[in-house]
Amino acid sequence: MFKYVKQLTSLVAMVAVLFAFTTETMAAKKSKTLKNTMKKGFVRCGVSQGLPGFSNADAAGNWTGVDVDVCRAVAAAVLGDANKVKFTPLSAKERFTALTSGEIDILSRNTTWTLSRDADLAVTFVGVNFYDGQGFMVRKDSGITSTSQFKNGISACTNIGTTTELNMRDFFNSKGISYEPVAFEKADEVVAAYDSGRCDTYTTDKSGLAAQRTKMSNPDDHLVLPETISKEPLGPVVRQGDAVWEDIVRWSLNVMIEAEEYGITSQNASMMKTSENPAIKRLVGSEGELGSYLGLGQDWSLNIITQVGNYGESYKRNIADTGILPDRGPNNIWTKGGLLYTPPAR
Amino acid sequence: MKLKKILPQLITLLFIVLIFGFFTMNAQENMDTRGMEFGFGFLNTQASFDIQFSLIDYDGSHTYARAYLVGLLNTLLVAFIGIILATLLGVLVGVARLSPNYLIKKTAAFYIEFFRNIPLLLQIFFWYFAALRALPMPEDAPLILNSSFMTIKGFYGPAPIWTNFDVFLTSLILAMIIIFFFARFAKKKQEQDGKRLPVFIISLAIFLGLPLLTFLIGGVDLTFTFPVIRQMSQSSYTFDGGLKIPPELIALTLALTLYTATFIAENVRAGIQGISKGQKEAAASIGLTPSQVLKLVIMPQALRIIIPPTTNQYLNLTKNSSLAAAIAYPDLVLVFAGTAMMQTGRAIEIVGITMATYLTISLAISALMNWYNQRIAIQEK
Repeated sequence: MFKYVKQLTSLVAMVAVLFAFTTETMAAKKSKTLKNTMKKGFVRCGVSQGLPGFSNADAAGNWTGVDVDVCRAVAAAVLGDANKVKFTPLSAKERFTALTSGEIDILSRNTTWTLSRDADLAVTFVGVNFYDGQGFMVRKDSGITSTSQFKNGISACTNIGTTTELNMRDFFNSKGISYEPVAFEKADEVVAAYDSGRCDTYTTDKSGLAAQRTKMSNPDDHLVLPETISKEPLGPVVRQGDAVWEDIVRWSLNVMIEAEEYGITSQNASMMKTSENPAIKRLVGSEGELGSYLGLGQDWSLNIITQVGNYGESYKRNIADTGILPDRGPNNIWTKGGLLYTPPAR
Repeated sequence: MKLKKILPQLITLLFIVLIFGFFTMNAQENMDTRGMEFGFGFLNTQASFDIQFSLIDYDGSHTYARAYLVGLLNTLLVAFIGIILATLLGVLVGVARLSPNYLIKKTAAFYIEFFRNIPLLLQIFFWYFAALRALPMPEDAPLILNSSFMTIKGFYGPAPIWTNFDVFLTSLILAMIIIFFFARFAKKKQEQDGKRLPVFIISLAIFLGLPLLTFLIGGVDLTFTFPVIRQMSQSSYTFDGGLKIPPELIALTLALTLYTATFIAENVRAGIQGISKGQKEAAASIGLTPSQVLKLVIMPQALRIIIPPTTNQYLNLTKNSSLAAAIAYPDLVLVFAGTAMMQTGRAIEIVGITMATYLTISLAISALMNWYNQRIAIQEK
């Protein structure tokens, strides 16, 4: 009798193990988004309508920026080619609808991670690719050097449909200053209105201010004030309900950050295959089977690093070298005093 | 026989119900799979965002429902001003188009051809970014009529302060009622003994006289506060007190008026030209003065041609006002289908409410104009 029970339990255990194993790989196969992406042959990515350094198209229609690179990394991981991305420029208002309705599969559009968005909008934030905060830009000749010099009646230009509108109210209310919010639908119109003198200040994320300053008729006439009035962790977003796709996007971003941490660049990645360090070997795909857990090939992470580069390379290419924000500040690896810290890829 | 009549109707009805049912089910299913819930509970939660320009008391601590009302009133305001101004300008230009004066005729024709052939959004951008932007900063703005300033930040003028405004308003309404009955009486008298009373002069006297009387004996008083300039920083100034009209409202009203007036002008011209020359000659031959010919013979007939297409233009103007979003005028689309939709993520509910609102406004305008059209139509016996 006892013998049978023992046999039965081992059988059950075996079946359970087997079953667990199959569901594991089945999950990878079951990801509708992954399957569709492979079938289509490109990644559908929602970006901004033009924010230098983050997502901006040149005259030939080539997209560049750190947000763009997240999508390129996913394309490199999934399809083996970082150029197989279809970019959809979206306004702040349209972005979440485009994602939840299935028009795009990744939203990488300097989007702030907040509780209400994460919980209420049927979307999931997978990480942070830029730590930002809301600031103010003023004209230099106003003599204002700090937000403490703001007076009643100040008019502030901004975008609609952003956390900016809410932060702005919190800020001016807490200071007891009356203000006139002038909210436009598109960033270009905000810049034009502020530049022409309609508003005394322009408020949005500080990275945005730095980038838009380059679009002013005379950038040197404007000053971004030192105060930061909010936390704005910006990151890629996916639809709720596809855990595998969520993991792929999260770890594509993490690979870029961890590659910088271990000093792996687009130049030396192939040579790193024979490295002594197992963490590096895992990242370039010469050890372990990380790709298979995600339903991807063995070269997924190597493709990201060789085709897109690590996070530092992307930052340098898009944000530092373009003069937008040469100082990395919080957007540096944790070992160098920044906030970029990823769970280990193992 | 009866069934044969009803059957097509039933099939059509069934078809419509099925289509709507399909869309509803489809939306429901898609929302379910994405974990979205349908509901209007969000309307009672705090909006948390401020609005630049509001006709009623509003700030971010009010609800989304209140924000909706702010947007709706702003839309109605621009539509109301636009319709009145476009009608006045349209009639003027339409008549000018038929003027025997060559210069006036050609100027009117040029205006119509120019403004109706440029996309409206472009015109809105022109007035906002090009024309209004050419205005001076507050500190450089010249004083207009010793009371107002036209600046890049908007128009600042005197704001009225009323005492016993309700008495004044009552007298105004009373004056209009008196004029209405007086006009009826005058018409009856003319039908009875053929004598014409100077209706216009007497009406005007009642309209101005009665409200003025309330100032003398009704305790009504009107004073003004004037905008006063104040320095905010080394280079920026603003005005305190007085009445402020944001440049966004000015630009939008200008663009909508100038654009829609061209179409109304053409309607007016078509209406007047649609009356045969014989009517005018016959009226003149029985001894009517030229102004009587226009008022009693031409216009009543021309209006029947003018009103229906002009109703369309009123509807167009109202719907076109939603282009306000491009230049930051906080209308229904910008406030509700813009900011509120974004902050709550309730796309289906909010777009639904917004569509229903525009539909209601349009149907209301349409009903009003149809009622007027029926009133002036030929009474067939």
